[in-house]
Amino acid sequence: MTPAGSLLAARDLRKAYGRTSALDGVDFSVHPGEVVAVMGPSGSGKSTLLHCLAGIVRPDSGTVHYDGHVLTAESDARRSALRRRDFGFVFQFGQLVPELTCLENVALPLRLNGAKRRAAEATAREWLGRLEVDDVHGKRPGEISGGQGQRVAVARALAVRPRVLFADEPTGALDSLNGERVMTLLTDAARDTRAAVVLVTHEPRVAAYADREVVVRDGTARELAGTA
Amino acid sequence: MSIGHTLLGLLESGPRHGYDLKRAFDEHFGQDRPLHYGQVYSTMSRLLKNGLVEVDGIEAGAGPERKRYAITDAGVTDVAQWLHRPEKPEPYLQSTLYTKVVLALLTGRDAAELLDTQRTEHLRLMRGLTERKRKGDLADQLICDHALFHLEADLRWLELTAARLDKLAQAVNA
Amino acid sequence: MTATDRRPRDRTDRPAPAPRTGLGARLGDLAMGVRFAVTGGREGWARTLLTALGVGLGVTLLLAAASVPHLLQSREDRGRARTPADAAQTVHRADNTLLTATADTVFRGDTVHGTLLHPDGARPPAPPGVRDVPGPGEMVVSPALRELLASPQGKLLRDRLDDRITGTIGDAGLVGPGELTYYAGSDTLTTEAGAHRVASFGARSEAEPLDPVLFVLLLVACVVLLTPVALFIATAVRFGGERRDRRLAALRLIGADARTTRWIAAGEALFGAVCGLVAGAGLFLLGRQFIGAVTVWEVNAFPADLTPVPALAALIAVAVPLAAVAVTLFALRGVTIEPLGVVRNAVTRRRRMWWRLPLPVAGLGILLLAGEFQQQDEAAPPFMIASGTVLVLLGIALLLPWAVEASAARLRGGPVPWQLATRRLQLSSGGAARAVSGITVAVAGAIALQMVFAAIQGDFMKITGQDGRRAQLNLSLPTADVSTTRQMISDFRKTEGVRAIIAGIEADAARPGPRRTGEPFVPRTQFTVGDCPSLREMARIGSCRDGDVFVVHDSTGMVDDAYIGQTARPGKQVIFNLDSRTDEPDGPPRLWTVPKTARTVDSRKDPAGETRFGIFATPAAVDTGLLAAPVARAMVRTDPRVPDAAEYVRNTAARIDPLMSVDTLQNLQRDKNYASVRTGLLIASAATMALIAASMLVSMVEQLRERRRLLSVLVAFGTRRATLGWSVLWQTALPVGLGLALAVAGGSGLGVALLRLVGKSDPDWSVLWPPVATGAGLVLLVTLVSLPPLWRMMRPDGLRTE
Repeated sequence: MTPAGSLLAARDLRKAYGRTSALDGVDFSVHPGEVVAVMGPSGSGKSTLLHCLAGIVRPDSGTVHYDGHVLTAESDARRSALRRRDFGFVFQFGQLVPELTCLENVALPLRLNGAKRRAAEATAREWLGRLEVDDVHGKRPGEISGGQGQRVAVARALAVRPRVLFADEPTGALDSLNGERVMTLLTDAARDTRAAVVLVTHEPRVAAYADREVVVRDGTARELAGTA
Repeated sequence: MSIGHTLLGLLESGPRHGYDLKRAFDEHFGQDRPLHYGQVYSTMSRLLKNGLVEVDGIEAGAGPERKRYAITDAGVTDVAQWLHRPEKPEPYLQSTLYTKVVLALLTGRDAAELLDTQRTEHLRLMRGLTERKRKGDLADQLICDHALFHLEADLRWLELTAARLDKLAQAVNA
Repeated sequence: MTATDRRPRDRTDRPAPAPRTGLGARLGDLAMGVRFAVTGGREGWARTLLTALGVGLGVTLLLAAASVPHLLQSREDRGRARTPADAAQTVHRADNTLLTATADTVFRGDTVHGTLLHPDGARPPAPPGVRDVPGPGEMVVSPALRELLASPQGKLLRDRLDDRITGTIGDAGLVGPGELTYYAGSDTLTTEAGAHRVASFGARSEAEPLDPVLFVLLLVACVVLLTPVALFIATAVRFGGERRDRRLAALRLIGADARTTRWIAAGEALFGAVCGLVAGAGLFLLGRQFIGAVTVWEVNAFPADLTPVPALAALIAVAVPLAAVAVTLFALRGVTIEPLGVVRNAVTRRRRMWWRLPLPVAGLGILLLAGEFQQQDEAAPPFMIASGTVLVLLGIALLLPWAVEASAARLRGGPVPWQLATRRLQLSSGGAARAVSGITVAVAGAIALQMVFAAIQGDFMKITGQDGRRAQLNLSLPTADVSTTRQMISDFRKTEGVRAIIAGIEADAARPGPRRTGEPFVPRTQFTVGDCPSLREMARIGSCRDGDVFVVHDSTGMVDDAYIGQTARPGKQVIFNLDSRTDEPDGPPRLWTVPKTARTVDSRKDPAGETRFGIFATPAAVDTGLLAAPVARAMVRTDPRVPDAAEYVRNTAARIDPLMSVDTLQNLQRDKNYASVRTGLLIASAATMALIAASMLVSMVEQLRERRRLLSVLVAFGTRRATLGWSVLWQTALPVGLGLALAVAGGSGLGVALLRLVGKSDPDWSVLWPPVATGAGLVLLVTLVSLPPLWRMMRPDGLRTE
């Protein structure tokens, strides 16, 4: 049972780490092309929700439906394949492979999907251009600034043309100006490709880039009224 | 800030006379601006005229005689509506919001819901501003950013308050 | 953080108000480092423990190596002490003399040292470790032999050594605790039967000088086996270094200067090394308690024998901590510990080849020069061999980081795992190269040594010409009259597991009559009596019946065939008792006529590889009483289904005469020591490599832990486990592959140079493979063992932001 027209929907997700319950019956859904902000205080279970939705973590109970699949019932290998093909990820920091150049970092998910190196790097070059970081191709992540790095990460997430983009505090390590720019580029690109975006953030100004917000508090999520 | 709604809310917990009302108001909300007697009586007469309060009785005592006011059903409804209506997000809103939260707590209403409603309203405005900013020129962006930063500050306050509701309820109802 | 932030800042620090300088300050920093190691919480202790374990293993090996001289010396001392005193001058029979004879035997491949003692009087000298000389029918045995005899497995041996056990040989009389030795009393021993009369035990003979070839090998083996240990210790003190550096960054934040932090780091390493020293000493002391149970190269020692040479032990105790400090300081020279993080300038400072190459070249030069000495029949100076070898091996170790960096820099593209691995190596190849340099040195050394061994194995192995399929045992029957000999042969024939006895009674036969003109002596030949099956093993006799006689000509051309023909003439007589000195009969002539029917046939090598010829007669054809001074030779064909057949035969032999020797016939005789030295070398180099593999594993797991978050991110992307697994494999395999290539090149160079030293050429290249295969196997092992931690690190927990 999923809300009509939703691309990704979760019902009654529960997940505990040891004795601490991270999710305690969460419902969630996102439509194609929709940007949903997941907000809430630290430790409220935002990231756990994202991990469950993306099939990285299997919830203790509850279901996640994605495009006709019951994600929570799929094998690890199938979920991995789905993540490679249909999902994109941006995290707060530490996500670029330090020994690969920026270009190779962006090309990495394409290559994991089986693309040829040249083709992958051509696409990567294009996305680095879209995110206004043409000049970092040959550099390693250690040699560029945090803002550039985050743009490279966004380029990497979008290069596979994901149907769902998961962003966990994508601007958490950036100053306002860089954060704003990254969010603008991210949401613009996502709208262009009609990707759904699950945006975990605790910053209202970042959440303001979303179409809708969900607040996770004490392991339960509330879709706030009147937000449509 | 609506003094009328505030006084009405204070009456919900039981009938009071004007002097009591002033003292209760000052205790909860009058930290930097105590209420004048005159304001109390002019407000009460307006509420009386609108049928939101009624005179419960007249106390005779050693001093001057005092009218005791009680809230009417219409008054209770009015308070409820006011509390649940999000404020138009604007700078320096917190005094009103604070009043609403405390009143909600005093009247046993759901303060968290109030805060969430307000938060949604704030975010809706922020989304609008963000959208405008994306499409606008630099001047638009700067103006929007000013508003956005203020709204963000409010929102942070809302979050913080939401996180401290339990403590506040204890303090208020003590 | 921007790009400029990351650049290493000027390392000169703001001058502190009162800068601490000099030795005192450095020692203070070291002490602080030690304190950090002790109080550094769980992480500090984990690091210290890891280092201590690594260093401890290395120290154990070093201590064991330092004990070898003492071990060999004490074994030799005890061995000499029990040898009957040198009988250069005849000892006269007296109250305090005895007769001794060696009566060694073999039991299931193990040598049992036996000595028969026959006291001449009431005060015979006792061998070391023996309190009272055993009387007739009594014996004293070593504890190992006592145990063996008492066990069910030793029952067969008990049948052979059936004397009453009256005592145990003390440690002083044994070369090693596992030795099988007995002294048995005898009252039949005579000097005529091969016994010696002695007045005391303890040979004063000088130690034989070590064979120069063996000396070179030993020296090189020591260097080859100990260089990786030293490298391993150097690697072990770096365990956990990256995380320590980050902790040190915090110290910079509160005001420590760069030099101080480096010395504090050295202090931590020092503490780990000292703990390692203690652990190593403990492991060594513990391990040597069990040394008695181990027999390597037929060498087996008492725990007390394994005592390090004091000077070497002191050297280890001083050098290991000093090395820890030096290695840490050296390792940190390329690292800038900043208050806000650690900057490695690995990328900026490229490795250069120019200063690395001269080392191995110089080493090879020295070895070749030493080879010149050898050509001029002078002993090569050991100093040159050792230093040349060390230089070559260290040079290889030094070249490796450069080689890894240079080749990794040239690698481009490839599949994702390959790309991840090569890029990782490009970014920081030092750690991988360091770990691998140990393997490289071990493999290079093993290759060099194996080449030398393969080249000199001809010296240690010869084709005996014996045919172990036709007969398995060769008996030396004591001299006796023919009927006694026949009795012995029949005893053997009746022994369990014996299928056939190939026996011949031999004597001389000559042509009767005086020497003819032109003859330097009277023609004579051999006369052999045996049954048909036995004769068939010695000559191609064809059909045979008892009563037949054959004239056997040598088909190999070894024997002067003419004499056979001139002696053995069918229809004519031969004489058995012609004195070869006088050409006159010794007493009345004992004559015998070669039958006219005697057939002339070709000889055949007997199973012991000897060519028999002359006149062969079956028992019915001749009266053996005619033969003068007959001797018997016998070989035994055993039943392969009776595994202990040889032991039954030896028991029979011991019953007949304890001094009779029973030898195994084998096609190839390989020097047992040579084989065991070669095996030992393989095992030792494999152990060294395993040690290094362990250190590679530690750094690999450490690296994975460092990258926990990144791994989780990659998993979030949907990266297959296999992809990351392969990248781990490549990351190990690439440097190891390069290391092995370098090892093959350097090792064969070293091998060729060493071959010249021992005067050999024609290297056997097939010996390259086993060490290379071992190295490759270790790569696989390291990868396999890294996989479970890798899987664990790949859990999404790493994504959680702290």
